[in-house]
Amino acid sequence: MLKDITIGQYYPSESVVHKLDPRLKIVLTLVYIVSIFLIQNFWGFLVLAVLTLLLCAVSKIPVSFLLKGLKPLLILMSITALLNLFMTDGRILWQWGILKITHEGIIMSLFMLFRIVFLVMGTSFLTYTTTPITLTSGIESLLKPFAKIGVPAHEIAMMMSIALRFIPTLIEETDKIMAAQKARGAALSEGNLIRRAKALVPILIPLFVSAFRRADELAVAMESRCYHGGDDRTKLKELKYQKKDTLALFVFILAITVMLSCNLVGASL
Amino acid sequence: MMEIIKTENLTFGYEDSQKKVLEQFNLTIEKGSFTALLGHNGSGKSSLAKLFNAVLLPTGGTVYVSGMDTKNEALLLEIRKNCGLVFQNPDNQLVASIIEDDVAFAPENLGVPSEEIRKRVDDALKCVGMYEYRLSSPQHLSGGQKQRVAIAGIVAMRPSVIVLDEPTAMLDPRGRKEVVETILRLNREYGITAILITHNMEEAALADRIVVMEKGKILLDGTPEEIFSQYEILKKTGLDVPQITELSYQLHQAGLNIDSCILSVDELVEQITKVL
Repeated sequence: MLKDITIGQYYPSESVVHKLDPRLKIVLTLVYIVSIFLIQNFWGFLVLAVLTLLLCAVSKIPVSFLLKGLKPLLILMSITALLNLFMTDGRILWQWGILKITHEGIIMSLFMLFRIVFLVMGTSFLTYTTTPITLTSGIESLLKPFAKIGVPAHEIAMMMSIALRFIPTLIEETDKIMAAQKARGAALSEGNLIRRAKALVPILIPLFVSAFRRADELAVAMESRCYHGGDDRTKLKELKYQKKDTLALFVFILAITVMLSCNLVGASL
Repeated sequence: MMEIIKTENLTFGYEDSQKKVLEQFNLTIEKGSFTALLGHNGSGKSSLAKLFNAVLLPTGGTVYVSGMDTKNEALLLEIRKNCGLVFQNPDNQLVASIIEDDVAFAPENLGVPSEEIRKRVDDALKCVGMYEYRLSSPQHLSGGQKQRVAIAGIVAMRPSVIVLDEPTAMLDPRGRKEVVETILRLNREYGITAILITHNMEEAALADRIVVMEKGKILLDGTPEEIFSQYEILKKTGLDVPQITELSYQLHQAGLNIDSCILSVDELVEQITKVL
């Protein structure tokens, strides 16, 4: 049951977007997040919707897969929309007690809704098109300039990749421990919330003990393989900034410019 | 023959206990040989393995690897590169989530240029017969396959010695066979000196030399034939002999006119047919 969890949600495909430099993709995603909040009217969102569909086509990711990513956020999205709908002051259209719907409220809640939807969809392209390992080395490379002011770039990347490596191992182990405790008569899925939480203790303790033992063994194994931190370390797969990355950068700048120039058209909020 | 590992009056004890794990221990391993280390839990075998590549340092005496003193910190990487260690649990020694990235880990640490790493990784994976799995993740492999990847991770350092600390203890019979065959190939074809720590007598019988340890000292040292002919001593220390040797010993004791220490099925069959 726990095996169904997929971290990072990589969507394997052979598209151009998949092959872009991870560093470029990370930076562009950050710029994209900022630019979403600069959109002033619905024309901007319309352009953004078209661009998102285009990106889907280019990166060969099905739209349905993209929409599936929104599901876990449905509750958050509805709360945000409802709060904005009822709590914004302005021209009152409908009122009942303290609850009121205003003209501005409707527009505001739609705006927030769109922002969240496009924020989630846009940023998930990063994880959909980049393997966790590539993502990690991208982050390491981007953080490297900050190593001078004490940011442990290599250590952060190493921690992330070891965590990614051991997630499946520990999930498998959890399954085994759960089975072993069930065989000893543990009732894991019965009773109220407190009882269930208590039933987790005999699973978590062996899991932690074993995780520490693993960490110890791994440390010795890494040292035996000449690990001595990030100094003088080379890479099997060096990140290479290529022509297609520059091309992608220009396409991105063009797209953002078109999207934001919509702010000049029509009424802004 | 050239010696590749040498211990001189090696003494070792863990900080928090008075008991010495190893005491006045003298052992020389020759280049290109295949040695099996036998002994009970707590006989000091695993500590010895870690002393060989400076994960642990001697409290007394000296360990030399290719002539380098393991206490010399300046030579630490050189020593570890020379003497690779493979551990019992394959899961806890794989670092990366893709096989080829894992095998590349040691050469990356050593600062080997990218193209050279590529070549070493491919060579190492071919050498253990895991080349076609280079893009999979460890969780999709069997125990034996994972252990072979761990061995490849060491081979990629191009070591002269490879020390294996009970590499087959957690594996099923098929995995054991795969790993043992890999060790034999590394030793015979690639000339890498192998030191195999094991509980399995059948595996030990494949080595050129067996060293039996007890309570931090060498109890017996010799060829498999010499060691397994010491049936009574081995049994008294609670160790075993290979099943086939056990059979030949029992037949010999029962009065059948064959050798008491036979190491292979073929030889036993031959001797029995001769007698009958």
